[in-house]
Amino acid sequence: MTTADRASMLHEAIARPRPADAASLAAWTLAAQVVDPEIPVLTIEDLGVLRSVTVTNDAVAVTLTPTYSGCPAMDAMRDDVLEVLASAGYENVSVRLVLSPAWTTDWMSEIGKNKLREYGIAAPTGHATVRGSGPAGPIRLTLAVKCPRCSSLNTRELAHFGSTSCKSLFECRDCLEPFDYFKVL
Amino acid sequence: MSDDIAADAPAAAHDDDHGHVAVDVTTLDAELIEGPSVATADVAEYALWLGDDSLILAQQLGAWISRAPELEEDVALGNVALDLIGHARSLLHYAGTASGRTEDDLAYWRTEPDFRSLHIVEQPNGDFAHTIARQFVVAHYLFELYSRLRASADATLAAIAAKAVKEVDYHRDHSTQWVLRLAQGTDESRRRMITALSDLWPYVEEIFRDDPLIDRLGGVAVRPSSLLPAFDAAIAPVLAEAELEVPRGFVASGGGRTGKHSEHLAFLLAEMQVLTRAHPGASW
Repeated sequence: MTTADRASMLHEAIARPRPADAASLAAWTLAAQVVDPEIPVLTIEDLGVLRSVTVTNDAVAVTLTPTYSGCPAMDAMRDDVLEVLASAGYENVSVRLVLSPAWTTDWMSEIGKNKLREYGIAAPTGHATVRGSGPAGPIRLTLAVKCPRCSSLNTRELAHFGSTSCKSLFECRDCLEPFDYFKVL
Repeated sequence: MSDDIAADAPAAAHDDDHGHVAVDVTTLDAELIEGPSVATADVAEYALWLGDDSLILAQQLGAWISRAPELEEDVALGNVALDLIGHARSLLHYAGTASGRTEDDLAYWRTEPDFRSLHIVEQPNGDFAHTIARQFVVAHYLFELYSRLRASADATLAAIAAKAVKEVDYHRDHSTQWVLRLAQGTDESRRRMITALSDLWPYVEEIFRDDPLIDRLGGVAVRPSSLLPAFDAAIAPVLAEAELEVPRGFVASGGGRTGKHSEHLAFLLAEMQVLTRAHPGASW
């Protein structure tokens, strides 16, 4: 295994911390089907929003982390997790929201990014977290954003803030179409 | 926002019109952070300071939706408000753990002497330049604050700050772009930007004032006065590029942290709280 493979596995373990035991993993697999109501091609597993699923006796404890602090879609995702597990026969289901560690677009899976592009939303480019230890805070590195329609890199941001918390509005200077960009956080 | 209920309460379910299982009772705001976490009285007071700042500012920004100069700004200010509401919910939830109150109890059932917000956030929206000037100051302050609060000895405050700092960074950028655009735009936009800054600046000093509470929260709270050099250093290049000067002049009395507010806050709260107070316990 190369160093890059190992780094990638480590990254996956942080982004998608699947449980080790079979009972919990079965419940994880069910919960992982829940999609973002605003971007229904992305599952909460693709997003990295599903943080843990633990089955003990007959109880299931799930933790989710919000993408943005005020994201109203969290309520829907939470309810959908409860529903999907309840319909699978789990009786005692609880879902908690956790803030730490803070969610980042770095946790979005490659599969998720591809699905996002096919859906017409440009996936986050670059990495969110070049973490400084000092007070400077996170540094965002945003590379050129590719138009999801024509793949041109000749695009520009129209507005930082878009139709949902997680997106900004771009336009393509070649095909002239406006499009959403899932911004780096 | 639901009341806090034991996290393992079974979800009561019934079929709704669409054949889905609707969940009537969920628990989910009970703990936003890993592990049980109850604030001490002093930490709760500090969380209230920060939570109230975000709540009041969010309420103000919401008033711009459908009235901003362009559609993108309706969306931008709405999104900024939503982030701030998220921070306020986490902070007020945590503050409430010290006294058995929910975030809704704190948001809707206190009157102005019980609010701990700074005077700058209760300053009226004014014209767009006034709102941008207020955003510029507050977003830069919050960025410096949350950057440091990430290292708080209080795990809950540190977690909230680590989440918030990334969002506030976007708010800081947004207001910076607008300060530059307004200052370098037309004569009229420049005139308004200068007026807005000079109207707002008397309220900046209070942000960086140290209250005795801070002395009791060493390692937990961030000392406001310690943020001033970084704040000045962050805004200076923007103001220089915009060819704006830091206004000099009088300093407002402040007192928000001890519940002394201007008349603006009462009107704002009346609007924010009217529905809940007219229909206690209502939900939809």
